[in-house]
Order: sequence, then structure tokens, then C-alpha cells
Amino acid sequence: MNEHDQERIKQLLKNSLPPISGRMDAELRRDLWPAMLKRLEAAPAGVPWFDWALLAALAAYLAFFPGAIPVLLYHL
Amino acid sequence: MPVLEQPSDVLRQFSHGDLDAFEALFRRHQCEVYSWILRIVRDPAAAEDLTIETFWRIHRAHARFDPARSFGVWARRIATNAALDHLKTARLETDLPGNLPSPPLPDPGISEEIRRKTARAFCRLPPKLKVAATLALIEEQPYKEISEALGISTGAVKVRVFRALRFLRKELQRQGIEP
Repeated sequence: MNEHDQERIKQLLKNSLPPISGRMDAELRRDLWPAMLKRLEAAPAGVPWFDWALLAALAAYLAFFPGAIPVLLYHL
Repeated sequence: MPVLEQPSDVLRQFSHGDLDAFEALFRRHQCEVYSWILRIVRDPAAAEDLTIETFWRIHRAHARFDPARSFGVWARRIATNAALDHLKTARLETDLPGNLPSPPLPDPGISEEIRRKTARAFCRLPPKLKVAATLALIEEQPYKEISEALGISTGAVKVRVFRALRFLRKELQRQGIEP
């Protein structure tokens, strides 16, 4: 693909999808902080999935090797 | 509520999880983040939702933020990822641009049909190529800024733009348009 093709496609693109940069109607029209606050309040205090995975792995290990329970308690 | 006068104080307090600092940063950067996302997704409603999503991700990642670095650059990168995720999940129909009012047509030599076909070809671009092409070819952002926002090298951005151009040429030729 030569430079002429690239320029032509670029020109077609800019004609079909005009740039948004610098357009007056592209400004944010309202303060989004109230919506952000709602999102923060609605969000549960989630536990990351890898914490659950670690817990499950530990439970499985202790189920197969109950002898490790006293060792674990000793180290806690 | 303590007065947050110095930006560096705000950044440090934000990294420790302070909500007031987060609010100050939100208010300072929301327009910039929205504007950046709008350039990528070209849909004001989606851009507003994605601005909230971006700041939600920022809030969750506060402990990973280094106050010595630029908050704006970090926020822009998270915003780009959020916009990219949106493009990946958005259906082709809803992905068609056109929610913004059309400005005066700059080139009357290009027919409406060609413009429509070009827009359709653009919508078929894979999301990663679409973001690079939008920012580089349509919005004409500097490659350095695009590379920072995408978290890749400038060379990698140029490769994506070239691949996007090649894809578009094939799509246009398939639709009977010889660029």
C-alpha cells in the first residue's frame, strides 16, 4: 500500500467520521460526580476472586491432610 | 474537611484511599477523561458511562498509583482500556457512529454512499485497530500520546495504524470502492 492510498483512506475516513476534537458539542455537559457517588455507594465491598481461590485451595488441602491443621494453627 | 491545596498532597492522599482527594481529582479530570473517551467511542451517552467506569477503576486501584507520576496520563490509560472493553462488547449495530450531530460536510466530492460505506468498513475494524486508527487518523493525536494511552510503544501504534489502513482498503475494495 503506497502513501497515496494511505492519504486517500485517511481523507475518506475524516469525511465519513469527522473529528470530535475541538467541537463545541463534544464538551461534558453535566457534573458526573453525583453519578460517581451513586456508583461508589452501590458497589459491594467485594473480595477478589483470587482470595476465594486461595481459601478454597487451603480448605481442600486441610480436608485431604487433616494432620496439617495443628501445624497451621501453631503458625497462626 | 481538610483543604487540599497542593496537587501533590491530593495525589498522596488519593493513593492512601482518601475520598475527598478522589473527589478533587474527579472534578479536575472528568472533562478531560470524558473528552478522550468520546473521541474513541463517538457516543456521548456511552462516554459518560465510561467516564464513571474509568473513575471507578481508578478508585479501586488507588493503592497502585504512584503519586510521583502523572495522574492525567494514568487516568487516560485506564480510560482507553475502559473504552476498548466497551468496543469489544458493543454490538456492530450500536457501534456505528452517528450519535453526534453531523458537522458541515467538508468535501462535496465524496458521495454520501462512499461515506456510508467507509463508516461501515471502519465499524468492522477489530477494536484495537479501531482505537489506534481513530486517535491517529481521525483525531490526529500525537503518536506519543496514543502510545502512552494504549501502554504500547510508538512503533507498535504505527503498526496498528498501518494494519488498520490495510484492513480498510480491503473492506472498501470488497464494497466496490477503489481508494
